[in-house]
Amino acid sequence: MTQMKQRQVQLEVLRYNPDTDTEAHFQRYEVSCNEEGVVLDALNKVKETVDPTLNYRWSCHMAVCGSCGMMINGEPKLSCHTFLRDYEGVIRVEPLAHFPIERDLVTAPDDFMEKLKRVKPYLIPKKKKPISEGEYKQTPAQLMKFRQYSMCINCMLCYAACPEYGLTPKFIGPAALTLAHRYNIDSRDGGRKERQEVVATAEGVWDCTFVGACSEVCPAHVDPASALQQMKITSSIDWIVEHLIPGGKSARDTVSREDAGDIS
Amino acid sequence: MSRRPLVREVPPTTWYFRQPRYMRYMSREITSIFVGAYCMFLVVGLQRLAAGPSAWEGFLQALTSPASIVFQFLALVAAVYHAATWFNATQKAMPVQIGEDFVPGNVISGAHYVAWAVLSVVILHLAGVF
Ligand code: SF4
Ligand code: FES
Repeated sequence: MTQMKQRQVQLEVLRYNPDTDTEAHFQRYEVSCNEEGVVLDALNKVKETVDPTLNYRWSCHMAVCGSCGMMINGEPKLSCHTFLRDYEGVIRVEPLAHFPIERDLVTAPDDFMEKLKRVKPYLIPKKKKPISEGEYKQTPAQLMKFRQYSMCINCMLCYAACPEYGLTPKFIGPAALTLAHRYNIDSRDGGRKERQEVVATAEGVWDCTFVGACSEVCPAHVDPASALQQMKITSSIDWIVEHLIPGGKSARDTVSREDAGDIS
Repeated sequence: MSRRPLVREVPPTTWYFRQPRYMRYMSREITSIFVGAYCMFLVVGLQRLAAGPSAWEGFLQALTSPASIVFQFLALVAAVYHAATWFNATQKAMPVQIGEDFVPGNVISGAHYVAWAVLSVVILHLAGVF
């Protein structure tokens, strides 16, 4: 087999050791990698041949697990999906922005996990029925309505891209709100009203000023910005129905059902 | 092992210099200053109109000053840019699904541009421009 073409790669990696450091600092590494390699390969090469103390997360190496998110030259990226050949000169690798650094390139995702839970990202059936009555059926069109929003791999790149989240950490943020939307518009779901307690608040969709960065960096093409704008519209309709239409309170559930594309 | 995560602050006033896309966002937001200022300008015009013919004449006169023309030009550019960003956003906020497929985004945004052009022609016509 012919030897794969090699490329000299210079990395500048942000290091932080909680046991000894009070500040983070950059460390330069130089390794030789396959021409077709990705940034994660270069990090693995560094760890194997130069510096075994370097910490970072990864698992699948195929843009599926969402654990290898980093800032690469200032841009939130999956390091397993960022090709070395697309870069000239020194590549600067930092942990995901807007998250506390646990160690080196490893960040603490606790805040995101907490927020995910708050939006109840699971089916809350409209009518509970016993298993003997069979499954909750759905047409292909009803599936397509939310499919895009179900492709999230929880990589948190959108949080690292979102200046709103950086400035206002209470903001529930793109991926979690998008998952709320994904269930809200699922024809089998009836949980929108419960989720609205979190979604239709200042910390929810109204903290979003539509910078749109989340959608630009999302590796799974989820387009969180679109989900949030749609939720702003339905939340506004809720408000109008509730406050300006006599007897409108109960109509909120009607909105929710239409929203879910219920064709029954 | 200790857990002592390092929090990096986001600079509260200079963050938008960090990324070209943040600069684009800020330029969109800044257009609203011009749009707002032009609304004030219209309100003043209405007030002058209500104050009688000589006040109105004075207002019309003031419109032709170089400073006023520069301001109106900037406000026009800002309003057009703002409108374009708004129309481009409509495809995200209002997707249209037909059966299993979604209408392509540029059709939705395009429809808004067409409506904009048609309404502009109607308004210019009503205003007696042609
Ligand atoms: S929405 Fe996209 S960028 Fe955000 S966590 Fe999900 S996959 Fe990652
Ligand atoms: S390693 Fe799984 S997404 Fe990169």
